[in-house]
Amino acid sequence: MSHSHDMDMPDTVTSTEASPTGALDGEYDDAMGYYTPGEPLVDTKAPQGPIADRWQNRKFEARLVNPANRRKLSIIIVGTGLAGASAAATLGEAGYNVKTFCYQDSPRRAHSIAAQGGINAAKNYKEDGDSVHRLFYDTVKGGDYRSRESNVYRLAEVSTNIIDQCVAQGVPFAREYGGLLDNRSFGGVQVSRTFYARGQTGQQLLIGAYQALERQISAGTVSMFTRHEMLELIVADGKARGIIARDMVTGEVQTHLADVVVLASGGYGNVFYLSTNAMGSNVTAAWRAHRKGAYMANPCYTQIHPTCIPVSGSHQSKLTLMSESLRNDGRIWVPKNQADCDKDPREIAEEDRDYYLERIYPSFGNLVPRDIASRAAKNVCDEGRGVGPEVDGVRRGVYLDFADAIDRLGRDAVANKYGNLFDMYARITGEDPYSVPMRIYPAVHYVMGGLWVDYDLQSTIPGLFVTGEANFSDHGANRLGASALMQGLADGYFVLPHTIRDYLADGPFEPIGEDHPAVVEARTSVTDRIQHFLSVNGTRSVDSYHRELGNIMWEYCGMERTETGLKKAIDLIRGLRDDFYRNVKVLGTSESLNQSLEKAGRVADFFELGELMCIDALNRRESCGGHFRGESQTEDGEALRHDDEFAYVAAWEWAGLDERPVLHKEDLVYTAIEMKQRSYK
Amino acid sequence: MNLTLKIWRQPDAVSAGAMHTYELADVSPDMSFLEMLDVLNEQLNDQGEDPIAFDSDCREGICGMCGLMINGDAHGPEVTTTCQLHMRSFSDGETITIEPWRSDAFPVVKDLVVDRGAFDRIIQAGGYVSVNTGSAPEAHSVPVPKDDADRAFNVATCIGCGACVAACPNGSASLFMGAKVTHLGLLPQGQPERDERVVNMVAQHDHEGFGGCTNIGACTAACPKEIPLDVISQLNKDLRTAIKHGH
Repeated sequence: MSHSHDMDMPDTVTSTEASPTGALDGEYDDAMGYYTPGEPLVDTKAPQGPIADRWQNRKFEARLVNPANRRKLSIIIVGTGLAGASAAATLGEAGYNVKTFCYQDSPRRAHSIAAQGGINAAKNYKEDGDSVHRLFYDTVKGGDYRSRESNVYRLAEVSTNIIDQCVAQGVPFAREYGGLLDNRSFGGVQVSRTFYARGQTGQQLLIGAYQALERQISAGTVSMFTRHEMLELIVADGKARGIIARDMVTGEVQTHLADVVVLASGGYGNVFYLSTNAMGSNVTAAWRAHRKGAYMANPCYTQIHPTCIPVSGSHQSKLTLMSESLRNDGRIWVPKNQADCDKDPREIAEEDRDYYLERIYPSFGNLVPRDIASRAAKNVCDEGRGVGPEVDGVRRGVYLDFADAIDRLGRDAVANKYGNLFDMYARITGEDPYSVPMRIYPAVHYVMGGLWVDYDLQSTIPGLFVTGEANFSDHGANRLGASALMQGLADGYFVLPHTIRDYLADGPFEPIGEDHPAVVEARTSVTDRIQHFLSVNGTRSVDSYHRELGNIMWEYCGMERTETGLKKAIDLIRGLRDDFYRNVKVLGTSESLNQSLEKAGRVADFFELGELMCIDALNRRESCGGHFRGESQTEDGEALRHDDEFAYVAAWEWAGLDERPVLHKEDLVYTAIEMKQRSYK
Repeated sequence: MNLTLKIWRQPDAVSAGAMHTYELADVSPDMSFLEMLDVLNEQLNDQGEDPIAFDSDCREGICGMCGLMINGDAHGPEVTTTCQLHMRSFSDGETITIEPWRSDAFPVVKDLVVDRGAFDRIIQAGGYVSVNTGSAPEAHSVPVPKDDADRAFNVATCIGCGACVAACPNGSASLFMGAKVTHLGLLPQGQPERDERVVNMVAQHDHEGFGGCTNIGACTAACPKEIPLDVISQLNKDLRTAIKHGH
């Protein structure tokens, strides 16, 4: 393909060498000048052979550690969500010495708890044609052919064990009258493979993992550090050997050393400030590891969910998701005329309403995939036809109207199906969705990108493993509904415990002391950073910077990305970051609970991540999954993928602040599946 | 709306605390209660005064991290979590009193933040099924009657926020404990450890300094997940049975 390009480079970047992308001479790349091409990533440790045998073979080949040696080996796990708590419990049961860290007051608070819909597993209890291979196929296809097939197959393979394990723990899944487990269909797939516990599946699974973890804490195999935040990774003699953590209550900066470190620290959706993530969800653990040599893969892949409750004012601190099952019966519309946007929707005549999804996508209507529904909502609001309160001069909301459904089915039937969601909506907005149409707007929900890991879930730093949303491996460019819980528990219960033993078989490694140069360096960088934030004494709060960064990311690296917008965003982020370091105001001391100080460190890392996300999005001049490039669409405005150019994982290496990151490509090769372009027309 | 806020300030666990009064103008009825405190904190930060520390995380009513005594009620006037309480539940000109959870077993860490580690230690004492990863039987090998599964789910929705303790005149965690004992006691997987579980959890509860149940029912009235009072009957029944079995 040939494109015309704006060749202006930002001031901070020097001119580029010939053939800077590593591509054929004469070809361009939108991100030229923002990065340095690096060597391809060729060894993913994915086993060869028939795909169905790979995991069995890897488990067999992974060396064992005998039980007597396990207690001499120490493991640090950061994060206690599904991926962290399940790994900590399992490795504790196996007899290793485990230390686990979370920033909340209890491991049970981790944000896995907020997942609503369910967990997929290829049990085929409905005898409807499901199988491990079909779950594998659906996941690769749903990820728009941007995930590594060996990893995804393994995920589908161990999915069935997860359900067995959770039931044995006492997770109260929904059941049928015969006493067996109920399943439902979820996220547009044609089989019923989703296990659920009403609308609180994440909560029940996390409590199961949490209880297993607490059992090991009681048994003495796991030490739990709550209200502790990892602020630096210790890499000594080429291996991850520990972390620097801050006790958030006393402010003490602590060194924790181990033979191996696992990050299960979740996703970074809060780079957008407003998201459905928890307030404390952050990228710091992963980003600190990235700065120490762990590659960050596909950071631009973000999932934006179409059915969230809109922003009500500039005070908004987070967004709340409502199940997208609402789109089964609700009709989405906005007024045809801008003049009607502040009217009572019930007084807007039928002919003055634009049911835009039904109009543009007559065959799928309101049930188009998440990304299409989200983008269409943004477009009508950008046109000035949004509804609800004006925030910063724009109305960002569209109606989701149940009037027809109530006429057709009756109020009681609608209440039976959606009662709890209607109640939640009413509590947050103060409006009654039975009589006034709901207002919805898309929100950032999940990130598919994360630290690059090989088949063993090991990062590019030996001895640093990454699990759950924090890694990149299983969802490609888009995650299917009910698959986040599956991946978190697959990694923690059934994958990591096998792969980590192969690494630990070489341990225990030579002990290092607090005086090791790598430890001293890590500690110093943490204390210097804390001192810096406390000493700036500027004029703006941390939150005000975070909000502004979020606006930039949402505007230019959100639902639709363009070359011009992304380049502008990079400039804006760099400017804002400089101002932050000079002008942020953090009061108080480091010797006590100081929530502004905690946030300052997280926002500082979000600046650097945000810039890399924009560079990654700039480089990927194709539309795939959750990543939509304005320049890469069909005549009908559909996403257009370019497998010839972009069937790779973009793994970015940190090169230093204000240095150009290095791009390493891992080619995606499919042997068990054929790549296809999707269509919803 | 304009509000007068009386808020408990306490620099750390060992220092004495006191109520401080703040004025906050232009509060939107659409704000959540915690967003109202965010706005106050921005104002304090601008004025050079240390922002008020309070806990919250998911802000959608499920993680259990938030929890404040608002005008003397745990989580305030509605049956919900503090993060899901909105300012439209208050009126212009109102004075609102905000305190941390009241309980000896939940010591104050700073301002409105308390230490609920005692809840984790109660779970450590027995709030689990002992099943190692990989040793589970096939999920359909043990059917569970739907009514039992549904009821187990209902009581398993406890979010561990501590409102029950804060509301109780005797600082009891019986509702929290009863919910877990009932959840696991209703399922076949919970039977082998049933006696031991309740005995050990109750012993830990008492050791932590929580009080005994005094049959008031303030706990269930304050519970944002509406855990019913009869889980405490189940708790007592399980304890009596375990003692009869010689525990």
